[in-house]
Amino acid sequence: MNGRLRVELGRVAAVAWKDLTAERRTRANANAVLFFSVLVLVLFGFALGPDADALRAAAPGVLWLTVLFSGVLAFNRSYQVELENGAFDVLLLYPGDRRAIFLGKLVANLVFVLVIEALVVPLAAVLYGLPLLAALPGLAAVVLLATFGLVTVGTFYGAMASRVRAREVLLPLLLFPIVIPLLVAAVEATTAVLAGDPMGEAGAWIRLLVVFDLVFFIACVLAFEHVIEE
Amino acid sequence: MADWSPGAPASGRPPAVEIEGLARRFGRRWALRGVDFRVEPGEAVALLGRNGSGKTTLLRVVATLLRPTRGRVRVAGRDVVGEAAAVREHVGLMGHVPGLYDDLTAAENLRFAIRMMGRAVEEKGIAEALAAVGLAGEARERVRGFSAGMRRRLVLARLRLQRPDVLLLDEPYASFDAEGVELLNAFVRETVDRGGAAVVATHDLARGVGVLERALVLDAGRVIEEAPVAGRLAASREAVVP
Repeated sequence: MNGRLRVELGRVAAVAWKDLTAERRTRANANAVLFFSVLVLVLFGFALGPDADALRAAAPGVLWLTVLFSGVLAFNRSYQVELENGAFDVLLLYPGDRRAIFLGKLVANLVFVLVIEALVVPLAAVLYGLPLLAALPGLAAVVLLATFGLVTVGTFYGAMASRVRAREVLLPLLLFPIVIPLLVAAVEATTAVLAGDPMGEAGAWIRLLVVFDLVFFIACVLAFEHVIEE
Repeated sequence: MADWSPGAPASGRPPAVEIEGLARRFGRRWALRGVDFRVEPGEAVALLGRNGSGKTTLLRVVATLLRPTRGRVRVAGRDVVGEAAAVREHVGLMGHVPGLYDDLTAAENLRFAIRMMGRAVEEKGIAEALAAVGLAGEARERVRGFSAGMRRRLVLARLRLQRPDVLLLDEPYASFDAEGVELLNAFVRETVDRGGAAVVATHDLARGVGVLERALVLDAGRVIEEAPVAGRLAASREAVVP
């Protein structure tokens, strides 16, 4: 492996390790996000009423809205840690490619959101009566692809919003419109996979997720340095 | 390109910091209105001025954290806008706030910094840096429990590991006890002696006596006075005598 690339990958790993170590020790963010996710799932359940068929039909949408809302909390917190003690300036001052900061935070956020999903998806299956085990391989692919896209865009806009005062409000305003295609594809693919994909339409939605992931990953990596400058 | 590598002779190098017509605006307010000065290799310069005079903005521009609105700034011969990544190889900043992670230990904070500098982690070097600032016994303690002075010492340990050519220190004497001030001054002296340079923004000039040679006084975003530190200290009403 090229020496420069090895150094940059080491920096990516360092940022991810730092974020995950701090989170593992305090669990401040994890506890809040997990509790919030459970609350959203339960509240949607009450709002939709006791009809089992209606609950099952709405479940994919509820699940992905829960992940989206929870993700916003996680992405905001990711940069809040840097701002609390002026660490972001120090981070920006290290020599090397600043995109390593973005990629490190992306890895940490991805692990964090996947862990939350590992707890939230089974809970949603129980609350909404979803055939989780039968749909597991397809559902896992949809969850991984949709989460990667959401975390990529969320980590990017989290960095952009971190530079302004009203960042908690700004992040959802920036993020939600951008992820509409991802949200639609994730919900449709999840619906198809949970129903056993009788019409063979899951593949098309999964391809849309792959395209979204590729386009936004490349765009966010290229644009990151510009959005973090004061 | 002049050699700024460690151990290269200071003569023939470009200035450590070279600023020409630097102006920086925040919205409608001009924080800097045309600053010109240079700092040569082997020189430690004090930056004086009342609150809001532009000291912090100036240091942040030199450190590549802010872009100049107008003018040119070069560090070790490299432009802070066009060659920002190269400039960051040379500068080390101690800002108002420490930039440490509360939930990591002192040693972990340094380990993280070394990895971000793209260097191999050597536990011996970390232990030596912590011992040099009097934190050997706190290596495995989380920074959350550290006092402001201990945090400053840990930042100093981080700078010792980095060994930057150009030190940018913003109010470095705040929170340090007498021993901490000695440690900091010794590090500035060491940096200058090996051909580096330091720019120190301070209200407490007396603490830098013996290390800082020249003082620049900023007022409303302009350099209004330049004098040797000893003379400036005698004349200054702002200087704090320990």
